[in-house]
Amino acid sequence: MAHVLLRHRDIPDLNKLSVYKKNGGFDAFKKAVTKMQPNEVTNIVKDSGLRGRGGAGFPTGMKWSFIDNNSWPHYVVANADESEPGTFKDREIMESNPFQFLEGLALASYAVGANVAYIYLRGEFWQVAAFLDEKIAEMEEAGYLGENLFGKDYSLKIFTHLGAGAYICGEETALLESLEGKRGQPRVRPPFPPSVGLYGKPTIINNVETFTNVPMILANGADWYKKMGTADSAGVKIFSLSGRVRKPGNYELPFGTTFRQLIYEHGMGIQDGRSIKAIMPAGASSSLIVVDDKVLDTPMDYATVRTLGGDLGSASVIVLDDTVNIDWVINKTIHFFKHESCGKCTTCREGNHWMRNLTDRIHHGKGSKDDVTLLLNVAKQMQGKCLCALGEFSTMAVVTGIERFPDDFKKATKA
Amino acid sequence: MSLEKKYAKEVKQILAKYPPEHKRSAVMPLLYLAQREEGYVNKESMKDIAKILDITETEVASIVGFYSLYHDEKAGKYRMQVCTDLPCALRGADEFLDKLCGNLGIKVGETTEDGLVTVEAVMCLAACDRAPMFQTQGPDGIKYHEYMTLDRTMELIEALKGGKE
Amino acid sequence: MSKQVTLTINGKQVTAPEGLTVADAAKLAGVDIPVFCHHPKLEPVGMCRMCLVEIGRPVFDRATGQPVMENGQPKIQFMPKLETACTNRVSEGMVVLTQSEKANDGQRGTVEFLLTSHPLDCPICDKGGECPLQNLTMEHGSGKSRFNYDEKQHLEKMVPLGELIYLDRERCIQCARCIRFQDEVAGEAVLGFDERGRHTQIISISEPGFDSVFSGNTTDICPVGALTTVDFRFGARPWELKAEASICSQCPVGCNTTLNTRREAKAGGEIVVKRVMPRQNEEVNEIWLCDKGRFAYHYTEGKERLTKPMVRKDEKLARASWDNATKTAAENFVANKKDFVVLASGRLSNEDLFNLKSLADTAGGEAILYSDMDGGELTQLVGVGAGTNLGTMGKGDAILVIASDLYEEAPIWWLRVKQAADRGATVIVANPRATKLDRFATYTIRYSYGDELKTINDFEKKSKISDAFTKAKNAVIFYGNEGLGVTGTSVLSSACANLLKETGHTGSANNGLIGVWQRANDQGAFEIGFRPVADLEKALKNKAVYIVGADPVGDDPNLAKALKNVKFVAVQDIRETATTEIADVVFPAQAFTERDGTLISGERRVQRFYAAVPAVGDSKPDYAITAMLAKQMGVILQGTSASVVFDILANSVEALNELTYDALAQVKEQWPLVGRNDVYYGGTTYDNTKGLGVQLIPLAQAGGAVKISKVRKEAALRPKDKELLAVPSNKLYDLGVTVQTAEFLEQRIGETSVAMHPTTAKKFEAAEGQVVKLSFDGVQAEAVVKFDETIGTGVVRIPRSMGIAIREPVVAKVQVKAAAGKAK
Ligand SMILES: Cc1cc2nc3c(=O)[nH]c(=O)nc-3n(C[C@H](O)[C@H](O)[C@H](O)COP(=O)(O)O)c2cc1C
Ligand code: SF4
Ligand code: FES
Repeated sequence: MAHVLLRHRDIPDLNKLSVYKKNGGFDAFKKAVTKMQPNEVTNIVKDSGLRGRGGAGFPTGMKWSFIDNNSWPHYVVANADESEPGTFKDREIMESNPFQFLEGLALASYAVGANVAYIYLRGEFWQVAAFLDEKIAEMEEAGYLGENLFGKDYSLKIFTHLGAGAYICGEETALLESLEGKRGQPRVRPPFPPSVGLYGKPTIINNVETFTNVPMILANGADWYKKMGTADSAGVKIFSLSGRVRKPGNYELPFGTTFRQLIYEHGMGIQDGRSIKAIMPAGASSSLIVVDDKVLDTPMDYATVRTLGGDLGSASVIVLDDTVNIDWVINKTIHFFKHESCGKCTTCREGNHWMRNLTDRIHHGKGSKDDVTLLLNVAKQMQGKCLCALGEFSTMAVVTGIERFPDDFKKATKA
Repeated sequence: MSLEKKYAKEVKQILAKYPPEHKRSAVMPLLYLAQREEGYVNKESMKDIAKILDITETEVASIVGFYSLYHDEKAGKYRMQVCTDLPCALRGADEFLDKLCGNLGIKVGETTEDGLVTVEAVMCLAACDRAPMFQTQGPDGIKYHEYMTLDRTMELIEALKGGKE
Repeated sequence: MSKQVTLTINGKQVTAPEGLTVADAAKLAGVDIPVFCHHPKLEPVGMCRMCLVEIGRPVFDRATGQPVMENGQPKIQFMPKLETACTNRVSEGMVVLTQSEKANDGQRGTVEFLLTSHPLDCPICDKGGECPLQNLTMEHGSGKSRFNYDEKQHLEKMVPLGELIYLDRERCIQCARCIRFQDEVAGEAVLGFDERGRHTQIISISEPGFDSVFSGNTTDICPVGALTTVDFRFGARPWELKAEASICSQCPVGCNTTLNTRREAKAGGEIVVKRVMPRQNEEVNEIWLCDKGRFAYHYTEGKERLTKPMVRKDEKLARASWDNATKTAAENFVANKKDFVVLASGRLSNEDLFNLKSLADTAGGEAILYSDMDGGELTQLVGVGAGTNLGTMGKGDAILVIASDLYEEAPIWWLRVKQAADRGATVIVANPRATKLDRFATYTIRYSYGDELKTINDFEKKSKISDAFTKAKNAVIFYGNEGLGVTGTSVLSSACANLLKETGHTGSANNGLIGVWQRANDQGAFEIGFRPVADLEKALKNKAVYIVGADPVGDDPNLAKALKNVKFVAVQDIRETATTEIADVVFPAQAFTERDGTLISGERRVQRFYAAVPAVGDSKPDYAITAMLAKQMGVILQGTSASVVFDILANSVEALNELTYDALAQVKEQWPLVGRNDVYYGGTTYDNTKGLGVQLIPLAQAGGAVKISKVRKEAALRPKDKELLAVPSNKLYDLGVTVQTAEFLEQRIGETSVAMHPTTAKKFEAAEGQVVKLSFDGVQAEAVVKFDETIGTGVVRIPRSMGIAIREPVVAKVQVKAAAGKAK
C-alpha cells in the first residue's frame, strides 16, 4: 500500500517543492482558501476521525472546533518537540516530506482563522529547523505563504522556533510558556489552549504527524481516511520501533496492525533470535506490557492497547528481550524523568528525586526488599497528584515493572 | 561590543518573528546567538539580551538555567553528547560511551586536553533506531552523527581538529 | 459586590463570592486548607500540591439545563483525581471535602515529599513558631521518615540575595511566592529560578543583588524560613516577641506597621524593637511595606540619642534640669516676643504640631513648616474624598502623577498605582525625566523643567491624554516637588486643583488631589495651620527660633548662616544634629516608637501609633515639652497625654470633625485573612487590631464652596553661558538621618552624583563619572556626573539630601574639576 505520510518512501525527492507540487501538493490548501469556508475544513477533519498523534489521541477536528471566536488573534502551533524516548517519526516527516506537513499546518491555520503559525522544534533539531526555514522561504516565494493568498483575503506566516533541551516542552502548555520566552513549565488547565493559549490568545496545538495527515484527508475525503484503521482509531499511524529488534525504524501502518506484524514482519524479529520479554508501546512513559501470544496478536489502536494495561501514546514501541532486567529499565526511565522533571510541582520534583535514589540503590545491588516496596509506594503516592502528565508518566514503568516483573526485583535485591 | 551591535541583522531577523509586544519570545534564539562564539552564555550577553527584550538579567539567567542546551560555563569547543537513554542503551550506547571515553582518556563530563571536545551523556535525541549516536554542539550549531562506531568517531574528532565537521 | 454562590465544604453550607478560589472560600468559612504556593494576592499556580481536596459538582441535564436529581438531592459528580483548592473557583452547588480519607492522604503525601528535601531545622529556624510546614509536619508527620536521610542533598544555607535578604537553599520549598511577588505585584522581576527539577533554586543576579525596594515583603510571604532579612536573622524567636501597632514615619503613605519588641540582654536588659512588620490595612498598604519603612527604625536607636535637656553655658552645652532648660528658653522667647518663630517639620505628630501652633499663635509668633513643598491648603479643599482606596481603582479610572518619582518618594503608592494600571486604570506619568513608573503608564508626558504649569494647562486642550483624564469615572492627581520648591509647588498644586475641579473630579471617593510630601505628617501640619515659606533664610534672620524635629544647619549652609544671626535658638529633637550643636537650649524628645500620637497621611487618613518601647533617658514627647515651655511663657497647653491633646485638636481644627482616639482605633475584618498562625498561610503580616484610621472629608465633599486662587505664572530662570539650571529631585535612600543611621540601608545610598544630558555634559567637557564643581547661591559643592538621556539639555539635576543643599530650582555655575578627579 502506498504511504499516506511517509510518501517520500514512494516518491523520490518529495522534499523538493517542484516534486511535491507535481504530486498534487498545495492543491488542497488552494482549494480550501479559494473555495471553502474555514469551518468546512474543520468538519472534514472531524468526519475523518483523525485523532491527535502527540500521545493523547484527542479528536483533532473537535479540538479545532473549540477555538474561541470571541477572542483574537488566533494562533496555530506545531508540536515538533519530539522528545519521548523511542519516538523519531516527526523528524523523518520534516526531513523528508516537509511540504506535506507545512501544508497541513497551513490548512489548520486557515480552518481556525490564524494568520501566524509557529513550529516549536526541540533544540536538537537545529538542522531540521534550518531546513524547514528554507522550505518556508520557498513556499513564500511560490505564493503559498504571505499576504492575500491565491488572491483571497487570507494571509499566513509560518515561523520556526527552537527549544533548547527540555522534554517537558512537549507538554502543550509548557511549550507555550517556552515559546513566550519563559521557563518551559506547564500551566494549570483549564483554561485549555483553544480558549487561552499563546500570548493568552486562542491557540490550536497539534503534533507534526497530526498535521501531516490533513492534506491527504482534504484531497481524498473523510471516508477514504476512515476506511483505514479501526472503528476506534481511524487512518494510519507511524510506529517508531526501537529496542532489541533486528530492523528498528519508522513504519507507517494502519491502526489495527498487530504487535506481531510490527515486530516480526516489519522489524524482522528480535536480535539474535531471542524472545520478547516486554513491550513499551509509548516510549519511556509506557506501562510495561508482559508479552505472550495474545498480546502479540493484539491489534494496535488506542482502545485495544488499553485493555492490555497500557497506553498506545505516541506509538513508540520499545521492545525488550529476555536478557533485559526490568530493574535496569526503570532505573533508566527514572533517570530520564528525574532529569526532565521541570520542578514546578512538589510531587514530581521530589517524587522523582526519591525514586531515583531508590532505583539507583536497587539496580546497583544495594537495595532491599523494603526498598522495592517503598519505591512502589512512592510511585503510587505520586499518581493522580501531579500538575501535568509528566509526573504521572514517570510512575508507569515503575509501578507496572514492579508489579508485573517481581522476579527481576527479587533477583536485584538478593545480594 | 554588544550583541545588538555585533549581530544587528540577526537580532532584527529574530525579533521580526514575534509580535513586538511579545518580544520576550526572542530570548531563546538570542541565547543561541550569544552562545555561538564561546560555547556558553556570559554575563555580559545576558545583560545585552535583557536590555533588548526589556526584561531583567535574572529572568534571562533563569532561562539559561532551565534548558540543557544553554551553558553558562566554558567547555570544549565541541560538546559531544552521546545519547544513553533507554532505546539507545538497548542498542549498545553505554558500551560505546565507555569505549569512547577510554579512548580519549577522559571521564564523562570532562574535556580533552586540547580543549576540543567535552564528552557528555544525554537523554533521547529522537534517533533511537540509529544508535549508537551522538550530537555535536559547537560553533556552527548542532549536528547529528548516527550509526556511529569508535573508528568513525575518532575520524570525526580528527576532522574537527582541522576545523571541519 | 460580585455574585454570591452557595456550596458545601465538609458538609457545612458556605456562601462566597463567585470566582473566589476554593481555598479562599474555605478560609472565609473558617476551614483551613493548607497551602504553600497559594497566596490570595498572587495569581494561583497550583504547583505545591498541598491543597489537594475532593471536589464534586452538580450534574446538569444537557437537554433541560436543570440539575439532575438523585434521592431528592442534586446528583454530585466527583472528579476522579484530587484537585487543588487554590486553582479551582467556587461555583453554585459545589461540594468540597477537605478532610476525607482521600484528601488527607493526598495532603500527607505532599508533606512527606516536601520533607524529603527539607532540613527540619525548626529549632534554629527564624520562621519556627510561625511556619505552616512546621505546623503541618506536627499534624501529618508520621514520626519516622521513610526517606533515607543519608541521601539528602545538602545545600548552601546562607546565600545573600542582596545586602538585605538571605536565602537558605535547604529550607526553600520552591513555591515561587517570592519570585511571583516580585514579578506580579512589584513589577520588578529581580528574582528567578535557576536550573530545573530537584535542582531548582532561587537566584538574583541584578546589580546590586535583589534590586528592589520591596524585597522585605518576600520574607513575610515566604511560607518557610528560606528567606530572612539580614536584620532579623537569628535575631529572636517569633514567640518571644511582643507586638505593638505603629505607623511608618518615613513618607506620606502612612503604612500600618507592627513593632516587634523584646527585652534584650545585648541592650543592657532594655526592651528594644527587633523588627518592623507590615500590619494589614487594605486601604493603605494592604500587607506590604517598603524596605525603607522596614529597616529605617534603627535611627531611633544609638548613641546619638539626646537623653537630657541642655543649656549653653560659657559657649558650651551643659546638662540642665527640665525646669531650668524650659525656663531659659521661655525667658528668651518672651523677651523677643515680636520675633518668635516656630520652625517644625512633618516628622512630628499632630499632637506635637498642634501644641506648637497653639503656642506660636498665643505668643504672637509665626509657625513655619520646614518643607520645600506647598499646596497643603488645597488638599484640604480638594484632597481625595473619604472612602478613597487606590486598591479599588482600575478600568475606567485615571491617575495622573506629575513632578513626582513615586518609586523613590512613596514606594507603596508606586506599587498601588502600578497595580491600578494592571487592573486597567489609565495612568499618566508627567515628569521631566524617565521614572520607573513609565513602564506601567498608559501615557507618559516628558516636559522640560519649569513647564509644569503649562503641562497641566495643556489638559484643557483636546487630546487623547486629556480626554482619558477628563472622561475618567474617577481621577486622582499625585503631585510632587521634582524640580520645584515652595513657590513652584504652590503654582503646580493650584493648577492641579483647578483641573480636578473643572473636570468634576473632586468631592468623592477616588477623586482628588494628593500631595507627595517629603515627610510623613506634612499633611497634618497643613491641617493644623503650618505653612512653608519661600524664603526661609529671611524668615529666620534675627529671630528667636524654636526648631522642632528638623536639622536646617545640617541640611543647608545658607540656613546655617542665617541661624548664626539669630537672637536665640532652642532645638528639640531625638538625636544630636548639626542644629543641636548651635542651639542655646536643647530639649530631648522621644522617638515615635516610645510614645503615642497620630499622623495624617497624604490621602488624609488620620492614624494612630502606639508606644512600643520605653523612652530613652529623660526624653519626653514633643507635645509635652512644648506644654512645659508654654507654661513657663504663661500659656496653658495640655501635655499630660496624647489623647487629651488630640481631643482639643479635634475640637478646634474643623476638618478633624471631633474625631476621637476611639474612632481611630476601630477595625473591621480585612480580606484576605493573613497573619494568623495556621496552615492556610497568608504571611507574617499582622492582623489589624489597633485601628484602620479615619479619612478626613475634604471641603469639596462636605459641600463647602471651593475657591482656588488664580494660578500665577512663574518667572522662568535664565541660565547664562557656563551656567545651568539646577533642579532638585528626590531619592529614597539619601543621606537623611533615617537612612544614614540605619545600618543596612546605608549600603544602598551610593555616592553623590548629579545628572546631566550627555549633550550638556559635552558642552562642559565633562565625561560620565567625572567630578564637577557646582556653585550657586552661596552653595559650593562637588559631585560625580551621571548621564541621563531623558532630561532636557541645559539642566543639572541634583538629588536632595545628598550633601548638596538645593531647595528649589536655581541657576548654577558649573566647572569641571581637574581631570585627575575621576571618581572610583
Ligand atoms: C510530558 C509530555 C511530553 C509531551 N511531549 C510531546 C511531544 O514531544 N510531541 C507531541 O506532539 N506531543 C507531546 N505531548 C502531548 C502534547 O501535550 C499535546 O497533547 C499534543 O501536542 C497535542 O497534539 P495532538 O492532538 O496532535 O496529539 C506531550 C505531553 C506531555 C504531558
Ligand atoms: S508533573 Fe513534573 S513536569 Fe509536570 S509540572 Fe509537575 S514537576 Fe513539572
Ligand atoms: S497547589 Fe494549591 S496551594 Fe500550592
